[in-house]
Amino acid sequence: MTEFLQHIINGLSVGAIYALIALGYTMVYGVLKLINFAHGDVFMVGAMMAFYTSSKWSSEAQHPTIGGAVLIAVISMAICGLIGFVIERVAYRPLRSAPRINSLITAIGVSFFIEYGGQVVFGPTPNAFGILPPLPPVQVGGLSIGAVDIITMAVALALMFGLQRIVFHTRLGTAMRAVSHNPDVAALMGVNVDFIISFTFVLGSVLAAAAGILFASKYPSVQPLMGLMPGLKAFVAAVIGGIGNVPGAMVGGLLLGLIEQLVSGYFSSQWKDAVAFALLILILLVKPSGLLGRATAEKV
Amino acid sequence: MAALLSLENVDVHYGAIHALRGVSFEVNEGQIVTLIGANGAGKTTTLRAVSCMLQPTSGTVRYQGQSLAGQKAHQLVARGLCHAPEGRGIFPQLTVHENLLLGAFLRRDKAGIAADAEKGFALFPRLKEREKQLAGTLSGGEQQMLAIARALMARPKLLLLDEPSLGLAPQVTETIFRIIEDINKQGVTILLVEQNAHLALGIAHQGYVLETGTVVKSGPGAELLKSPEIREAYLGE
Repeated sequence: MTEFLQHIINGLSVGAIYALIALGYTMVYGVLKLINFAHGDVFMVGAMMAFYTSSKWSSEAQHPTIGGAVLIAVISMAICGLIGFVIERVAYRPLRSAPRINSLITAIGVSFFIEYGGQVVFGPTPNAFGILPPLPPVQVGGLSIGAVDIITMAVALALMFGLQRIVFHTRLGTAMRAVSHNPDVAALMGVNVDFIISFTFVLGSVLAAAAGILFASKYPSVQPLMGLMPGLKAFVAAVIGGIGNVPGAMVGGLLLGLIEQLVSGYFSSQWKDAVAFALLILILLVKPSGLLGRATAEKV
Repeated sequence: MAALLSLENVDVHYGAIHALRGVSFEVNEGQIVTLIGANGAGKTTTLRAVSCMLQPTSGTVRYQGQSLAGQKAHQLVARGLCHAPEGRGIFPQLTVHENLLLGAFLRRDKAGIAADAEKGFALFPRLKEREKQLAGTLSGGEQQMLAIARALMARPKLLLLDEPSLGLAPQVTETIFRIIEDINKQGVTILLVEQNAHLALGIAHQGYVLETGTVVKSGPGAELLKSPEIREAYLGE
């Protein structure tokens, strides 16, 4: 039982990171109907920027404090927000009225650009990462829960709660949902569609940066290709939950994390990626709109 | 009286298709002006050119005396030009309430927005009963009512209505036309696009007939309604 609970905790912790990344995929898909394949690389840049602010541009990594970690995270999230804004403005906006395949190929191009540009700028070798002071694990019953896992879950929960508030209870969020249903009509309501799309990219990139920092804290290293697998997994999570659906991305991420950890725990960690992608295929066969996705049927 | 809206020799192309050819007309403040014509005559295209959903290839659209060239659709809402698009264009997966709030997207006065929502409900009591429902679950007539109520939430000076009778039962259509007249009496200028020429000309101060992208006839609504050509071509007599 203890072992099972331990796997559940680990699964939720990994799943929370997947969910944060998946939210960016799903929100951008919502407003643009585009899979932003560069999203996993923004996640990498988030971790990388935290590494640079902590080790190269300050001595935070030598004397980590909680306050310092928060500051580093905020700086890195802000930088990634800006990068998300620039990616949309430079790479996707000029192709807004072009066929969708053009944007998709461009997205793959942007992804390669960041990955291999990252190898040039940051160097291809992994670097040790640590912005948190050493914290003892928390003992609950027979369970030992790592401090990083607790922080990951708490931060992810807070960010997801905040996002939920923005999307469903603010004027901007209502405008985002309107743009995702019909951008032309949203414009007729006075919604500046370009602004909403930029806002969505910034929001998604900020969450990806947070996920990158949490991921790098959990598996303490950073390197330019670190966004590949988590990015792909988060994309799978977004599809499982129903692409374009915000609560779906959260559910999909947590579910995928849990399944992976249970497979690693009870079978073999070599199987976990295979199971994740098998799940994607299964969902696409059985319920292509995803767990929470609605099949689009409207009354006319 | 200066025209609130005027089009001068407006041409619109969709790729190789020449959709509007030198369309010119005026809408004076306080009037109901209708554009009638068959399917594909360019009625919806004209509205789209007015609300800047598309840019004319040549010619000028003027609103309040100023050219709209280079403007974006969302900028016109702030200037009181609102377009209730064809096929109702409501947001099916948002509630009736959220749809109305989007109509008031640019406004910040919460009390005024709530008061206007109540006014909308007074016009269309059916919407009040369905306030929390997803708009996609409404009947066709209710969706049309929502589209009009939503457009009014922006407090328009000029309201563009695209085929409000589309797909509706005759009684519902009559109710909606009566309400369009009421809205006009409260000071909103209306540019109405309709296939139902009889009803549209019946309430319009001025009518224009579009055929294959060109205005072929114009005159006061009541006069056009009596014209033998119109009766033959559009009223099936």
